[in-house]
Amino acid sequence: MSHLLIAPLLLPLFSAILLIFLSGRSLLLIRSLSLISAALLVAVSVALLHIANDGQIHLYALGNWMPPFGILLVLDRLSALMLLVSSILALFSLIYAVRGSDGPGDKLHAMVQFLLLGVNGAFLTGDLFNLFVFFEVLLIASYALLLHGRGAERARAGLHYVVINLAGSALFLIAVSALYGLTGNLNMAALAAAIAQLDPADAPIAATAGVLLLVVFGLKAALAPLYFWLPRAYASASAPVAALFAIMTKVGVYTIVRTYTLIFGESAGAVANLALPWLWPLALITLALGLLGALAARELRVQIAYLVVVSVGTLLAGVALNTQAALAASFYYLIHSTWICGALFLLADLIRRQRGDLSDRITKGPRLAQSALLGALFFIAAVSVIGLPPLSGFIGKLLILSAAVDQPNAVWLWVLLLAGSLATLMALSRSGSTFFWRTSEPLAGVSPADKGELIAVVGLLAGVFTVTFGASAVLEYTLALAQQLLAPEAYIQSMQAFTAVEGSQ
Amino acid sequence: MEALIALVIGVLVSCGVYLLLRARTFPVILGLTLLSYGVNLFIFVMGRLRTGAPAVVSKSDNLSSTLSYADPLPQALVLTAIVIGFAMTAFLLVLALRARAELGNDHVDGTAGLGEKPVKPVRPLEEDEV
Repeated sequence: MSHLLIAPLLLPLFSAILLIFLSGRSLLLIRSLSLISAALLVAVSVALLHIANDGQIHLYALGNWMPPFGILLVLDRLSALMLLVSSILALFSLIYAVRGSDGPGDKLHAMVQFLLLGVNGAFLTGDLFNLFVFFEVLLIASYALLLHGRGAERARAGLHYVVINLAGSALFLIAVSALYGLTGNLNMAALAAAIAQLDPADAPIAATAGVLLLVVFGLKAALAPLYFWLPRAYASASAPVAALFAIMTKVGVYTIVRTYTLIFGESAGAVANLALPWLWPLALITLALGLLGALAARELRVQIAYLVVVSVGTLLAGVALNTQAALAASFYYLIHSTWICGALFLLADLIRRQRGDLSDRITKGPRLAQSALLGALFFIAAVSVIGLPPLSGFIGKLLILSAAVDQPNAVWLWVLLLAGSLATLMALSRSGSTFFWRTSEPLAGVSPADKGELIAVVGLLAGVFTVTFGASAVLEYTLALAQQLLAPEAYIQSMQAFTAVEGSQ
Repeated sequence: MEALIALVIGVLVSCGVYLLLRARTFPVILGLTLLSYGVNLFIFVMGRLRTGAPAVVSKSDNLSSTLSYADPLPQALVLTAIVIGFAMTAFLLVLALRARAELGNDHVDGTAGLGEKPVKPVRPLEEDEV
């Protein structure tokens, strides 16, 4: 039992508390502490990825309580990957934020650390009720982050976001307590074992709870028809926050994958593969509606927010295929889409600031002060997010498509994904050519983009390049990850074989 | 007893959902509060309804004969849910007030209804309120 397992929770928790107490002191101190903490989190995530890569399920029982009692952290390949993806995104968002967009005040850094606490907790917990608690931690931090800064639009979008998530939390509690009432367990592995041997008479209750969970996680993941809150909220958030929120939908995707491979997976008896018949059509509808939104968007940030919806649709369609190749392809695509959407949100902010009052509206406007540089970055990011060769978007989509080949209703995915690439290409060509080519005289007195902010964008793009050039290593990892997911027996057995650490420790 | 509790939860949840769908922020907050009351009650009764069951079982009790003790876990869960729900309601109230101040009305969409005169924003926010 390695104590490193709890570091992704303790590190952001302690830095968040420290940052709150430091509030009002030197901004330099707060910013450097926040950055150091984020960098350490990346280091810890890399170490955990290395630990998880041995194929074992690693458990950390808080207070040495035997599972299924007590609070349990579980590290497997999937949670390690999610930790690394989120910590790298957070590091670059913070690098962007410290260059001046973390104002007003200095509260943003503490809130980001609390958000990371919730996100990491959701990835690591092995218990359904703790998942709820960590969801609430990340949600309340995200409410504060979304509303950070002033502006009527933020208050408007924030109200919708908070209300819909509170309603979602109520559904989550109903589902969790119904499962507890049925099985007497909240630990995911024990729950999986109990569901597998469920009395067929109780199956409808378990199925109800399972589908309610899908509604809740679908709300977090922005699955159609529950994505309407997303475009407005993301488009009105400040740039580093919007970039950081690219991980939030992925938390929903993660919980969907975890719940419906482990608890309601292949071996769940009467409720086996509960979500799959719902997930497949809904994912395709999400994909289609996201594309329509991206085509129709009149502002760049709204367009990128719809691209987040598109990526969720693509991901969940891959997940719904439920084969090893498809899951591996989906998680490859997840890494790519998280970072590229983050980079696009940051880039949109840089473009927006050089256009004066027009902001990010897609209309003819003044020439940008750094048209060539920002144009080149936008071009690279667009090529990647559309899925044109040679960047990782292409590899990810190709892998999902080839995983779908031998599936019976793959034709829908092929049509939507290929037509979708074309639609994304059209949408981004429209905004790109308007911003960089249909221009009038440049505005006077526009300051060029800050070097640190450019570093943040370039860093995320470099991450995408790494995933592109290291594709075979990444794919090898995600294939092993998918294999681990599709054999949940190991997860359940590791829990049953757990022995408490002796008192001398 | 079970039927009564089920009825109470049903009434709470349906009133909550009705209020949640209203157009003004204050009824929406009340609706969420009612909804969370219904949910909390639901969590609580998931430990099964028992009367006269001991809450604490000591070692000297013969467990095989007094198997019906009160399940402590849902009680712990419901406490957690109450605390979280309380904090969220407080936050939502502040947010609704801020939206009222910034948007000039208390509609959930931030737009004044038909035939209603939009009021000017009450006052710009101070730095420490942001």
